[in-house]
Amino acid sequence: MADIALISVAAPPRLRAGLKRGGLRLWIGAALVALLVLSALFAPVLAPHDPLAQDLMSAQLPPAWMTGGDPAYLLGTDSLGRCVLSRLINSARTAVMVALIAATLAAAIGVALGLFAGSFGGWVDQSISRLIDVWMAFPPVLLSIVLAAVIGAGLTSVIAAIVVVDWTRFARVIRAETMVQLTRDYAAAAQVIGLSRARLLRLEILPNLVPLLVTLLAVEMGIAILVEVILSFVGISVAGDTPTWGSMIAEGRQIVYQAPWIMALPIVCIITSVIGLNLFGDGLRLALDPVQRS
Amino acid sequence: MRWGELIKRLVLVPPTLLGVAVIVFVLLRVVPGDPIAMMIPPGASEADIGRLRALYGLDQPILQQFVTWLGQVASGDFGRSISVRQSVLELLLARLPATIELALLATMVAVLLGVLAALVGILLRGRRAEWVVDGGIAMLLAIPDFLWALILLLLFGVLVPLLPISGRIDPQIDLSLRSNFYLIESVLTGRFDIAFALLHHMILPALALALPFAALVARLLKASLAEAEDQDYAQIARARGYSRPNILLHEVFPNALIPTVSLGGVQVTLLLGGTVLVERIFSYEGIGNMAIDAVINRDFPLIQGLVLTFAVLFIVLNLVVDAVVTMLDPRLRHG
Repeated sequence: MADIALISVAAPPRLRAGLKRGGLRLWIGAALVALLVLSALFAPVLAPHDPLAQDLMSAQLPPAWMTGGDPAYLLGTDSLGRCVLSRLINSARTAVMVALIAATLAAAIGVALGLFAGSFGGWVDQSISRLIDVWMAFPPVLLSIVLAAVIGAGLTSVIAAIVVVDWTRFARVIRAETMVQLTRDYAAAAQVIGLSRARLLRLEILPNLVPLLVTLLAVEMGIAILVEVILSFVGISVAGDTPTWGSMIAEGRQIVYQAPWIMALPIVCIITSVIGLNLFGDGLRLALDPVQRS
Repeated sequence: MRWGELIKRLVLVPPTLLGVAVIVFVLLRVVPGDPIAMMIPPGASEADIGRLRALYGLDQPILQQFVTWLGQVASGDFGRSISVRQSVLELLLARLPATIELALLATMVAVLLGVLAALVGILLRGRRAEWVVDGGIAMLLAIPDFLWALILLLLFGVLVPLLPISGRIDPQIDLSLRSNFYLIESVLTGRFDIAFALLHHMILPALALALPFAALVARLLKASLAEAEDQDYAQIARARGYSRPNILLHEVFPNALIPTVSLGGVQVTLLLGGTVLVERIFSYEGIGNMAIDAVINRDFPLIQGLVLTFAVLFIVLNLVVDAVVTMLDPRLRHG
C-alpha cells in the first residue's frame, strides 16, 4: 500500500519535469532543424569547394584534424578527390527540398481523404479504409524503390514515390481523430447552430487537428529524408552528378576499410536531421496542444 | 480478436492478394522502363527485339498478360526471370530461407533485449535512473534499422574489426546441406561449426534489424507492466508479503504480455520490410537484396513474384500475431 501513496505524491513533480523536458526538446529540435534548413538555403555560400570539382592528386584525404589531413579540405575528400564537406552541405539541399515538398503533398492527400472517411462514414469510409488496407500490405521500402525505379531517376520521382507510399500515415490518423472530434460537444453544438458539413470541418474540426498534423508533418519530413537516402543509396534517386547523402554512403561502403569517414560523415548528418525533426515535432505538439498545456 | 473473426480475416486474404497483384502488375506496365532494352546487346535488329518481347509475352495487351500470369501463378509457375534467366519460383525458394532465418534471429534478439530493458526499466520505476532507460529506448526508436546497419558495420566491421560485413557465410566453407535453411539445418544436424560461421555473419544484420524493434517491445511492455502493477491484484500480493521481483515476474508479466504482443506483433512486418536494405548493406543473399537488383534490372516477373511473396509474408504474420493474442487472452479464447 505504501507504493500507492508514494506514486500519487510523486506524480505532479514528474509531470512538471516532463513539461520542462518538452520545452528543451523544442529548442534543441528547432536548433537542429534550423541548422539543416540554413545549410540547405545557403549551400552555395557555405560550401568551401565546388561539390563536383575533382582533384585526383588529393583523393581520399582524411579530415583535417587526422594525420595526413589537409586544412583546405576540412572533412577530407572522397575517392575522386571531391570535398566531402561541400558534398554534405549540397546534399542537405536535396534532402530539405524532398522533405518539404513530399511531406506537404502526402499530408494534403492524406488529410483530405482522412477527413472524408472520418466525417462521411458509410461506404465512403469503407472504400477509403479498404484502400488503405491494401496499400499497407506492401512493404513500404520495396514499394518506394519499385515506384522510383519505374518512374525513372529524378527529384520528381523520389517525391512521387514518397507521396504515393506515405499518404496512408496521414489518412489513417486523421480519419480516426476526425471521428473522435465529431463526437465532442463543440461539434454537436456547431451542428445545432446550422453549420454545413464543409464549414464544420473547415472552421471547427481542422483547427483542432493542427497539433496532431504538425507532429505528423515533422515525423514525415524525417521519413522523407530517410527514403531519399535509401533511394540514392540504392542508386535510383536523382541524377548521378547531384550529391546526396545516400550516394555518398554507397560510395563510402565500397572503400569503407580504406576511408571509413566518407561513410560515417553522411550518417552523422542524417541522424542529426532526423532526430532534430522528431524532437521539433514532439516539442511543437507539447507547445500547441491545449489539453497537454493545461 | 475471436476465432470467428480470425476465420473472417482468412477469407479476406485472397482478395487482398489479388489487389496487390493488380496494383504491381499495372504499375510496372503503365510507366516507362523497358526490361528488353536492358538485356539486348547494342545493334540488335527490330526483329530480334520483337522476338524477345513475344518470348516474354510483353507484346500482348496488359489484361491478356495479367490473365496469363495469374493462371500460371495459380498453378505454381511464377514465370522466368528476365535478368537472371532462371525460374522465378526456384530463385525465390533458394533465397527466401536466408531472409526467414535472418528475420527470425532478429526477432528473437529483439524480444530478448526488449523484455530485458522493460524489466530493468520497471524495477527502476520512479527513480532517476528510469530516465536513462527511457532515453535509451527513445534513441533506439528514432534511428531506423538501415542506419543501425551502417553504424554497426562501421563500429564492429571496420573500427573494431570483430565481425565480417558481407555475405551469408565464408565462400570456402563446404556446406553440403540439403535445404536452404542453413542455420536451422546445421543446428538440427549438430554441425555447430557451420552454425557458428553462419551466426558470425548474421549477428550484425540481425542486430541492426533488432534494435529499433527491441526498443518498441521495451516501450510497450514497460507501459503495460506499469499499468498492471498498479492493479489491485498486484497490490494485494504486495500486501501479503511477496517480493516485488516475484510479483512482477509471476503475476504482472503474464498480463502485461497480451497488449505487448498484440501491438508489437503487427510491427514484425516492419522488421521484415527492413530486411530489404539491411541485406543490401551487408551483401546478404536473401530476397530483399535480390529485390533491389530485380528493380534496377526492370525484371518484371521477378519483381511481381517478390512483391507477392512479401505481401503473403506480411499477411501471414498478421494472422499469426492475431492467433497468438487470441490464445494468450482467456477473455478472447472463451468469448
